[in-house]
Amino acid sequence: MKSTIATLLVGAAIALSATAVATGADAKEWKKVRIATEGAYMPWNGTDSSGKLVGFEVDLMKDLCTRMKVECELVAQDWDGIIPALQQGKYDAIMAGMSATDERRKVIQFAGPYANEPSAFAAMKGSPLLTIAADPALVDMKELTADERTVIERLASQLKGKTVGAQVSTIQASFVEKYMPGVTLRTYDKVDNIGLDLVAGRIDAMFADRSAIGGLQKEGATKDITVFGTQYRGGILGDGVAVGLRKADKDLKTLFEKAIVEAHKAGVTGKLSTQWFGYDIAVTP
Amino acid sequence: MDWELMWDSVPALLAAVPLTLQLVALALLLGLGMAALAAWARLSGHAVAAGAASAYVFVFRGTPLLVQIFLIYYGLSQFEAVRASLFWPLLREPYWCAILALMLNTGAYQSEIIRGAILSVPQGQVEAARACGMSRLLLFRRIVLPVAVRQALPAYGNEIILMVKASSLASTITLLEITGVARRIISQTYAVFEIFIVAGILYLLINFAAARLIRWAEWRMTPHLRARV
Repeated sequence: MKSTIATLLVGAAIALSATAVATGADAKEWKKVRIATEGAYMPWNGTDSSGKLVGFEVDLMKDLCTRMKVECELVAQDWDGIIPALQQGKYDAIMAGMSATDERRKVIQFAGPYANEPSAFAAMKGSPLLTIAADPALVDMKELTADERTVIERLASQLKGKTVGAQVSTIQASFVEKYMPGVTLRTYDKVDNIGLDLVAGRIDAMFADRSAIGGLQKEGATKDITVFGTQYRGGILGDGVAVGLRKADKDLKTLFEKAIVEAHKAGVTGKLSTQWFGYDIAVTP
Repeated sequence: MDWELMWDSVPALLAAVPLTLQLVALALLLGLGMAALAAWARLSGHAVAAGAASAYVFVFRGTPLLVQIFLIYYGLSQFEAVRASLFWPLLREPYWCAILALMLNTGAYQSEIIRGAILSVPQGQVEAARACGMSRLLLFRRIVLPVAVRQALPAYGNEIILMVKASSLASTITLLEITGVARRIISQTYAVFEIFIVAGILYLLINFAAARLIRWAEWRMTPHLRARV
């Protein structure tokens, strides 16, 4: 027994000594910026059949990097580890359809936003949930009026007992957890997998970026997914999609903000948005 | 290191332990059934049955468990025929998909353990039993089984420990067992290191108990190897 305890202690000591955590970069001249994206969130960012990263943010990144006069390297990173890996210095920026929220501002900072999309609920063609009316079409969560609160409560009661899928660690998952108490939330690593489970009938509805649902509708297997009800933005759902940065890298934030404003003024963001989304979601920071 | 966060995460992670244990226990038990069937088929001398059993073992030992889980959960559900079948109420649930995948996987490994253990029974003992006029069933129960079980236990203990660790893959199909809960907490706190350390310790404790249990069983079953008191 004594030897077992000793073994356990040695094991714990080894584990703890590995706590060398990389820290954020000191003020430096930025020549090379490594940017992470998920590569599974079309049309924001995705991976084509040859494994190349493509999408709105990939194209926008190229433009921003030219404006910042830095060399950029794009890396693919799974969504659920995308903020920790930024903090550990694996890359310097995140452009992955990530909304700037107060929750995330506790650990990282944002440059932007460069775009904004509401979140929407969707179900399969033929689902009774599709009869839920889009009245009003959009609710801003920032300062909820009494009427808007009623809209959310009505939805919560209509979805009561249902299973709703959302991507893990997203604004949408937080929204369901906070405002839909009677709903079973199932969280997924990727938005494609939510789509597959919605088609399979394992979940009754999904809650995601309207454009990400649009991305699913372009795929053969998930084409029958249909948006329903009121769409939501602001407040808990964030203030638009922005570039995520380590808090220490103030200079990099300045660089990105300037480039984002320039790209927007030059109409590049709008043009790329229309090209990838079919409509303009660009916003001024 | 954020010790407070680690401490705070303990209740949530502990609450996930029963699901992990359920997955492991059910998969091991059902897998044992699969394995016994496959081992019997391979030793039966019946060419078709032996071939089918070898094919099963070959496929499930030769492909990654993660791929098997994805094929069963996301793959099968794409077929309309599967969704219309009477298996759908089970296959619809991530819980049963995980158990099915773990069961088929461990069954393949366990069948090899069982086959090896049975083959290790000395031929002389079997012949002696036959000479005494034992029926096949009695021979199996009295002679083959006790020797084979003793022979299989160490390898079987290994398989249990491997299964406890393998059950963490169930988190990839939305199940909130220990790893699933850990990933969810990390997605809210971004404290990868702290939370996974706590999760790792829980797995260590489970496997520590499992190893002790196996060792106790071995001790119980081999009185003839102990010094006489």
